[in-house]
Amino acid sequence: MSFQDRIWLTTLVGIALVTLAFLHVIRQSGREEDPKTVQTRAYALRRWLFGGLIALGIVVTGASLWPFPIASQHGAPMAPQVVHVVGHQWAWQMDTTRVRAGIPVAFEVTSADVNHGFGIYDSTDRLLTQTQSMPGVTNRLVYTFEHPGKYRILCLEYCGLAHHAMIREIDVVDGTEEES
Amino acid sequence: MSILYPQNEMLESRERMVLNLYLVTSLVLFLVMMVLGLLMRLAQGAWMDMSPTLFYQVMTAHGAGMVGTAALASSAVMWFFLRKYVPLKTSIFLANYVLFMIGAVLLLVAIFIGKFAGAWTFLYPLPVQSLGVWSVGSAVLFMVGFLIIGVGFLLFYLDAMRGVIRVYGNLGRGLGLQWLFSGTVDPDHPKTVVASTMVIIVNSLGILGGAVVIVMSLINAYDPEIALNALFAKNLIYFFGHVFINITIYMAVIGVYELLPRYTGRRWGMSRPFLWAWAASTLMVMIVYPHHLLMDFAMPRWMAVTGQVISYTSGLPVFTVTAYGALTNIHRSRMRWRIPAMLLILSMFGWAAGIVPAIIDATISVNHVMHNTLWVPGHFHFYLLLGVLPMQFAFMYHLIGRDTDRSVSRSDRLGFWMYLSGGLAFVFMFLAGGHASVPRRWATHFPGWQVYDQVASLSAALVIVALSLFTVRICLGLMHTPSSAEPAPAGD
Repeated sequence: MSFQDRIWLTTLVGIALVTLAFLHVIRQSGREEDPKTVQTRAYALRRWLFGGLIALGIVVTGASLWPFPIASQHGAPMAPQVVHVVGHQWAWQMDTTRVRAGIPVAFEVTSADVNHGFGIYDSTDRLLTQTQSMPGVTNRLVYTFEHPGKYRILCLEYCGLAHHAMIREIDVVDGTEEES
Repeated sequence: MSILYPQNEMLESRERMVLNLYLVTSLVLFLVMMVLGLLMRLAQGAWMDMSPTLFYQVMTAHGAGMVGTAALASSAVMWFFLRKYVPLKTSIFLANYVLFMIGAVLLLVAIFIGKFAGAWTFLYPLPVQSLGVWSVGSAVLFMVGFLIIGVGFLLFYLDAMRGVIRVYGNLGRGLGLQWLFSGTVDPDHPKTVVASTMVIIVNSLGILGGAVVIVMSLINAYDPEIALNALFAKNLIYFFGHVFINITIYMAVIGVYELLPRYTGRRWGMSRPFLWAWAASTLMVMIVYPHHLLMDFAMPRWMAVTGQVISYTSGLPVFTVTAYGALTNIHRSRMRWRIPAMLLILSMFGWAAGIVPAIIDATISVNHVMHNTLWVPGHFHFYLLLGVLPMQFAFMYHLIGRDTDRSVSRSDRLGFWMYLSGGLAFVFMFLAGGHASVPRRWATHFPGWQVYDQVASLSAALVIVALSLFTVRICLGLMHTPSSAEPAPAGD
């Protein structure tokens, strides 16, 4: 199951829970009960809902921010492979399009003109990671390709007429083979 | 049973005329903008030929038009109810409309004659660097159009601010801050005043933020030597953009607070949690915008963390106060099932369910694979199409109704179910596209992605038919509603 699949499933479960709550209340809306009784019961339940959401938020925050999901932007890149990327309307300029699998790559991404989005897609057109490509700013994206193969860089920030055509292929080769 | 049409909501003929201008214009613009949206989905699904040049113009018009129209319709809801509690000038309300229309004409000229296609976010420096696709003059016209629309809304908020201060002494008392920690909460303090005060504070600042970046961009357009910091400009644009579109919800939800209790026949009283929710939202709506910049790694780390954490906490007032309060109000209430009530419940569902994918996307690690994919229009269409717009339609349907109306007409019922089913299918195709990593704002899609666009096109067509039914029904109703103040009949 890909990361996107897990996000999709979580979202569907969340929306389903909201839907069930609404359907339950709608089904009951034709009946009549003393408003005070309804309120007392609902407000007691709300305390649990509030507490539960807070607890869930704390757990998810801790789990998702540790380790911090963005590489350090300070100093020289620590990754063994470094690729300098410059976005142009409407092409990607890269000092190499060949990197090794299994070894972290630091993409130092900037732009020569407008905002672009540097999105790395695998051979099945699934987005693996991304960062923004901005004029006057360098964003460092560190990523480790798990498998050798053909990958593509797609522009993910609208940049004008040929935004959708701003695609570049990169080769990810077997890390051990390249070194030998 | 409570009174559906209280005496203090009657409109004088001039007020009704201006309100009708807002409502009819909003409905017509929504229809036009939805058709533009449908054309985009048809083009992406390869069911229609559209050049990228035209596609991106249509995209710019759809984005700017929908945001502006949502704000226009929501401000009508806020004006209608707030005027019961504080004095508001009809002339200012009219001025907002006139400025909106002038601005809208400039936007349309810039886009469809000047070929401007810099998206509604006009992200610096794209408006002035199009590689010859459009002129700097077109970009200037577009931004001046935005500026004029912003001035109109600012006038409206300043007038509302004056009214709140005149009645309640200051904005803090309008928000009910005096009861946050102690004291007996006034059960009659209007929710409308609390929500409106929040809107006034937050969106005045949002519009000012937008005005600053527009003026800076205009100076740069004529003197490129005076360059902007692109990251700073992006911060200002997303601060403005996030606040402005979110405020459309907070203005329209006033209609839910006012109307839902009338259809349930139950009081929805003021409470301390409600005041806390709105006080917290006032702050959170202003500081949550960094969640749009999570993939700008050069941003300070604390801002990215703020963007994620505040996005999570922003859901609490919606889930545990407004949506929960609405459900409590409905539960076992012997609800009067009329079309406004149905739309009000749909709006609460659309808002609550729509923020689920939004909050999930605000998680930095999720944003790595969802940012700028169709997931993003998926979640915002969810709470705009199925949240904000139903709030506005509920208000409009309520206006044209009568105390004596007891049932939902067949055409209204048909329209409602078409809107709901079409809307759900439409937003789920966006979310499914995001799940499949389809980028947003692409004029053409790879063949493997087109199935989402094609199903979305059919769904959008269904929504448009439903909205057409709503529009005809509401416009006819507005024409037949009494044009002068007259006593309301007693409640049934």
